[in-house]
Amino acid sequence: MGELSYFTSRFLKEAFKRPFEFKELLKQCYNMGNRSLLLVGITGFIIGLVLTLQTRPTLTEFGAVSWMPSMVGISIVREIGPIITALVCAGRIGSGIGAELGSMRVTEQIDAMEVSGTNPFKYLVVTRVLAVTLMLPLLVILGDAIALFGSYLVEHVKGNVSFMLFFNQVFDSLEFGDIVPATVKSFFFGLAIGIVGCFKGYYCKKGTAGVGKAANSAVVFTSLLLFVIDFIAVFVTDIFYDL
Amino acid sequence: MIEKKNISTQDTVLHIKDLHKSFGDNHVLNGFNMQLYQGENLVIMGKSGSGKSVMIKCLVGLMEADSGSISVMGNDITKLDQEALDILRADIGFLFQGSALYDSMTVRENLEFPLRRHTKKFGEAIDTHALVIEALENVGLADAIDLMPSELSGGMKRRIALARTLILQPKIILYDEPTSGLDPITAKEIIILMQDIQKKYNTSSLIITHDVDCARVIADRMILLIDGTNYAVGTFNELSNQEDPKIKAFFKH
Repeated sequence: MGELSYFTSRFLKEAFKRPFEFKELLKQCYNMGNRSLLLVGITGFIIGLVLTLQTRPTLTEFGAVSWMPSMVGISIVREIGPIITALVCAGRIGSGIGAELGSMRVTEQIDAMEVSGTNPFKYLVVTRVLAVTLMLPLLVILGDAIALFGSYLVEHVKGNVSFMLFFNQVFDSLEFGDIVPATVKSFFFGLAIGIVGCFKGYYCKKGTAGVGKAANSAVVFTSLLLFVIDFIAVFVTDIFYDL
Repeated sequence: MIEKKNISTQDTVLHIKDLHKSFGDNHVLNGFNMQLYQGENLVIMGKSGSGKSVMIKCLVGLMEADSGSISVMGNDITKLDQEALDILRADIGFLFQGSALYDSMTVRENLEFPLRRHTKKFGEAIDTHALVIEALENVGLADAIDLMPSELSGGMKRRIALARTLILQPKIILYDEPTSGLDPITAKEIIILMQDIQKKYNTSSLIITHDVDCARVIADRMILLIDGTNYAVGTFNELSNQEDPKIKAFFKH
């Protein structure tokens, strides 16, 4: 944990120092954002379908099926959307970063970069961490939108609910206090995915076996960290609600 | 026939004094000393795990020595800050054992990469394309400019890595096992290429190897690294005729 804290503080220090690697940052944003779209979209769609299908019978039993759009909207925007998207990205992006940097480390590419006068931490780590931190909130918004669309499809087929009615109810039930904490927490999820993936890959040891280990431990440790961050975020938000 | 060169011992480009480096209880370097002169090809031979690669990594600041001094063209690299070290690195080429080409970049991008930080060396009107082409022509692979490293053979990768090393026109080139993992014919081609480059740019070369054939062809002087110290120093002929069993072991076929 000490090394990870040092790594994070180094990232924060280097991120604001010149020269800035804008070209590499844009490339990483494209790689991480664009190439995760399909995965996040499919996952969000299925989550929307499943959540609505499983909740519907219970709400029908209590005569509260009209609350479905509000319930689904709040649960997806506040909690399910960010955490599921972050977990999917931890698997897709975190392991990718861990494996890529790990393989660069064991094949001496990082050393070659340093010898050529380029700061590899700035070029490889800062750009990747920033890219995933910036892209994750966007992916969360996309995942939320597709999950809500999946939920709407179920409601339309089972309850003949119109598109306008469904989304009017969703947006009526959402407040500023639902959207802002979820977005802020998504930034921290992205930061955690980037930092852990880069940390595991950058300090990868023991040859090709180490690369596999770096990728694997990046996913496992990030997933655990995401739940811890989620708990802290909910705890802090709850304090603000009470004020 | 080995061509004899006039090497002046006045022009020391690299000087290592009493270098120590340990990993826990494993003392890899125990007071290693060496000097590399302008225009010289100095070969360092040692068994696997004898500390050759550790020494060369200390030399470019990739590893920190426990004690001792490393002077490169009059600059003690153990005392330089990061910016000064980066500037100095433009004059030191490093050919890595496994080539270390950036596998997400094309050959052209690999060669352009070192130029990003060292444009000042070539002035404002830097013609990157011309420099890339010149470096590739030096290694006979100008046609490979748009290929990815995964499309290259082992020998081609080593040549491209050498071209990448040459692009900054360094004064010193460090070769870490330049012929390891290559078939004898390709290894010979690489050795000839190293000689050609040395003649063309009058670089000083430090070559780490355990390839006796490579040492025979290229060495002006040799150091045998045993137990972390420079156990023996001399020309190839001087060392290969020694009766000391530890030295003889290196030259047995």
